Amino acid sequence: MSSLTYIFKRLLMMIPTFFLVMIIIFLLVRLLPGDPAIAMAGDRASDADIQAIRERLGLTEPMLVQFWLFLSNTVQGDLGQSILMRTDVIDVIADRLPITVFLTIYSVALSLLIAGPLAFVAALNRGRWPDAVIRTVFQIGLSMPVFYIGLVLLTFLAAQLRLFPVGGYGDTFGERLYHLFLPSITVALYTSAIIMRNLRSAVIEVLDAEYVQFARAKGLPSRLVLGRHVLRNALISTVTLLGLSIGNLMSGTLVTETVFAVPGMGRLMLEAIFARDYPLIQGLTLTFAILVSFVFLMTDLFQSRLDPRMRLQ
Amino acid sequence: MSDAVFTPSQPSRIRLALRKPGFVVGILIIGFSVMLALFPGIFAPYDPNAIDYLAVRQPPSWTHPFGTDLLGRDSLSRVIWAYQVNMQMAVLATVFALVIGVVVGALVGYYRGIADLIFGRVVDAVITFPFLVLVIAVVAVLGPGLINMYIAITLVGWVYYARLMRAEVIAQMGNDYAAAGIVMGYSDRRIIFRHLLPNAITPVIVYWMTDMALAILLGSSLGYLGLGAQPPQSEWGVLIAEGRNFISTAWWLSLMPGIAIVLTGLGFSLLGDGLADLLRPRG
Amino acid sequence: MSMEDQKPILEVNELNTTFHRNGRALPAVRDVSFSVARGEVLGLVGESGSGKSVTLRSIIGLARRYGDVTGQVRWKGSDLVAMPDRVLRHKQGREIAMIFQEPMTSLNPLLTVGLQLEESLRAHTDLQRKARHDRAVEMLDLVGIPSAAQRLKDYPHQFSGGMRQRVMIAIALAANPKLLLADEPTTALDVTIQAQILDLILRLAQDMDMGVVLVTHDLGVVAQTCDNLAVMYAGRIVEQGPVRDVLRAPGHPYTVGLMRSVPENLPPRTPLSSVPGVPPSLDALPTGCVFAPRCSSCIEPCLQDRPALTLITDRRQVACFNPVTNAKGNVA
Repeated sequence: MSSLTYIFKRLLMMIPTFFLVMIIIFLLVRLLPGDPAIAMAGDRASDADIQAIRERLGLTEPMLVQFWLFLSNTVQGDLGQSILMRTDVIDVIADRLPITVFLTIYSVALSLLIAGPLAFVAALNRGRWPDAVIRTVFQIGLSMPVFYIGLVLLTFLAAQLRLFPVGGYGDTFGERLYHLFLPSITVALYTSAIIMRNLRSAVIEVLDAEYVQFARAKGLPSRLVLGRHVLRNALISTVTLLGLSIGNLMSGTLVTETVFAVPGMGRLMLEAIFARDYPLIQGLTLTFAILVSFVFLMTDLFQSRLDPRMRLQ
Repeated sequence: MSDAVFTPSQPSRIRLALRKPGFVVGILIIGFSVMLALFPGIFAPYDPNAIDYLAVRQPPSWTHPFGTDLLGRDSLSRVIWAYQVNMQMAVLATVFALVIGVVVGALVGYYRGIADLIFGRVVDAVITFPFLVLVIAVVAVLGPGLINMYIAITLVGWVYYARLMRAEVIAQMGNDYAAAGIVMGYSDRRIIFRHLLPNAITPVIVYWMTDMALAILLGSSLGYLGLGAQPPQSEWGVLIAEGRNFISTAWWLSLMPGIAIVLTGLGFSLLGDGLADLLRPRG
Repeated sequence: MSMEDQKPILEVNELNTTFHRNGRALPAVRDVSFSVARGEVLGLVGESGSGKSVTLRSIIGLARRYGDVTGQVRWKGSDLVAMPDRVLRHKQGREIAMIFQEPMTSLNPLLTVGLQLEESLRAHTDLQRKARHDRAVEMLDLVGIPSAAQRLKDYPHQFSGGMRQRVMIAIALAANPKLLLADEPTTALDVTIQAQILDLILRLAQDMDMGVVLVTHDLGVVAQTCDNLAVMYAGRIVEQGPVRDVLRAPGHPYTVGLMRSVPENLPPRTPLSSVPGVPPSLDALPTGCVFAPRCSSCIEPCLQDRPALTLITDRRQVACFNPVTNAKGNVA
């Protein structure tokens, strides 16, 4: 099967999922207690004002009609108007999206750089002291909330030692790498703790696999056994793990953006929540969902490139 | 190499688990944390809300081991009283998700069919959201606060338990005893709850331990972001947020509650690992 | 096949392999000694967990990564146990080859069969790319894979179980080894294919003048294929000798039990039912004879001391204080 047909099939499979995603987002605002119109109008609004807002938002229509409107508008790229920013939600998001995407990719790269080699070292030294040290450190890392890691780094590396800027995100690529290093390493430290654990067991599993035993019994040089037989198979687990952890990673970017005042989608989400800006909350939630499923798709594609068994399915 | 070679004798399992330092440390940390949560008044040297304007932002000393905050409240006492909230968080944010997830997972795993298909789609949809994004979106609608936070985490979290339970039940259905139960004409309810559930629940319990650690991280994060526990309540995330602006002059305000989070989280995850070792079927 | 006058090519002396789990020593192989001559097929028989597989892995140097291996494995004048990894590497695959039980998991799923064949040739021969390719085709052809040249580009999952086992044999034998260690090579296969694969191994062994150590739990297979037989129990050899002699008049009660449980018309992997009880766990071995708790002819000394392997006739050894004298053991 060509990869184009595969992508097409995979996209088709996402339609029912996204239908449900839309229902969840829709229900979130409509079904849970709390009236968005009152929230938007503010405390001093008259009943007439509230009624006007209700009608403008289409809240007076029957549920199904509301859902249909929501669905068709979204498909056409109309996510409504942000109350906070007084512009189209889609424009606000388009403005912030690149920053969050940059931050996410940066964090993934750093997590890989941290977790990958250390998982290998731990797995190859299983049961001996390097393994014990690495596992203990990461176990502690796993118990640190992202905002706390961020705060500690911010205090010592940025505020005290002045090695890094305290906030902002820069204009050029190089500046961004510099500005976003602390926010990214914050997420990466937490994410790599999750990945390391699983990757270590994955590498151990590969090391013990019969085909690796067979490769050793064939008398291949160790670098070939590790480089060709172990690494390739472990890479599949790594990519799968990273793909599955993308939700965690994005939750982390949301927090890190707040701690380091990075003007991305996560910080915007919190601003929207405190302002009860429902259209913006809806739009951001949907964008996060799209980002995650895009990563899931990429993971699948990468796997199918790497693993011949999946290519022929 | 095949582990089938080794079949350690059964009764030594608990003693073997207790020989692992991690498990013992986990039990000790969580045991002590539960004590602090149950009887904070006994352990806390001061009233956590007693304001003393004459002793504002004092660094750690013999009278105030963790220093005092901007209102002169004793930080150690506040961190200890916060155990009440944060340990409660570990339980209340997870236990309802556990119960709902176990029941739903067992039912869809046993009956399969259309309900299972719909469930599969729901799982796909829910894992498409970053966990925190969905939780804070729900909190946004319900309004900030501890109770709403529990509701939000439960609304999202049950899916993960259900997914795990469903997989386990399906795996258990492959065993002979399940088939035997069906052949012997037991009621579905009896097969599910008396036979399948006790066998399938082990991985769920192990996951629960990890999830309690996650709940404390998540709860304190939401507290820090202003969406969970609300000041003046003592909660680690809230305490860290309170100290955030004074971090270069009064570092102890944020550092100490953070250590409490790390320690408790570590305790739960060590306990979870130990339990996993203890409960994992061998052979 | 006659090999009385042949000098052994492999001599295993007092081999001991110990694993460590949770701070306990697990003696997986104890005091194992045997030898194999050119063209000889030795059957290593026992229940799962008896240490047969670990013995093979200790010989070829795989077990040392997981535990302590002591004793001697004499091969062409040197000792494989004492040999450092980088020297041992030139024996593995080149002089001594091993094939595994699971053809599904023993080939790397991500690499083509051709690559897995050629990397072995590359490590052990001076052949150039073209010659390696030709040799690879020749090997696949030799093990009976149709249209071998085309199939080099295929991945393992594109072969059936039996074909995969043939591929594994081709890879193992590519560099012309003189000894083949076969770890239950037919257990995972369909009954109909088992005989074909066994025949293939034996035919190639004969053609290439290889010695073979065949690990199996199937006495029927041993009766058909092996020259000599060693029965293992709880990490020890309890009886060994020429197949005919042992099967005609087994000396050790465990061998008798094994022979009684040889299934007739039963699928493979059916548990051996007529030896009551289960093997002891390795971290809790009885003080006396390891088989005593399950033995029907257990006498007083069996509970105090461990019987050593002793000669009972000129080429047969049994480790038992009360050997069976007139057992009617006739393999199905």
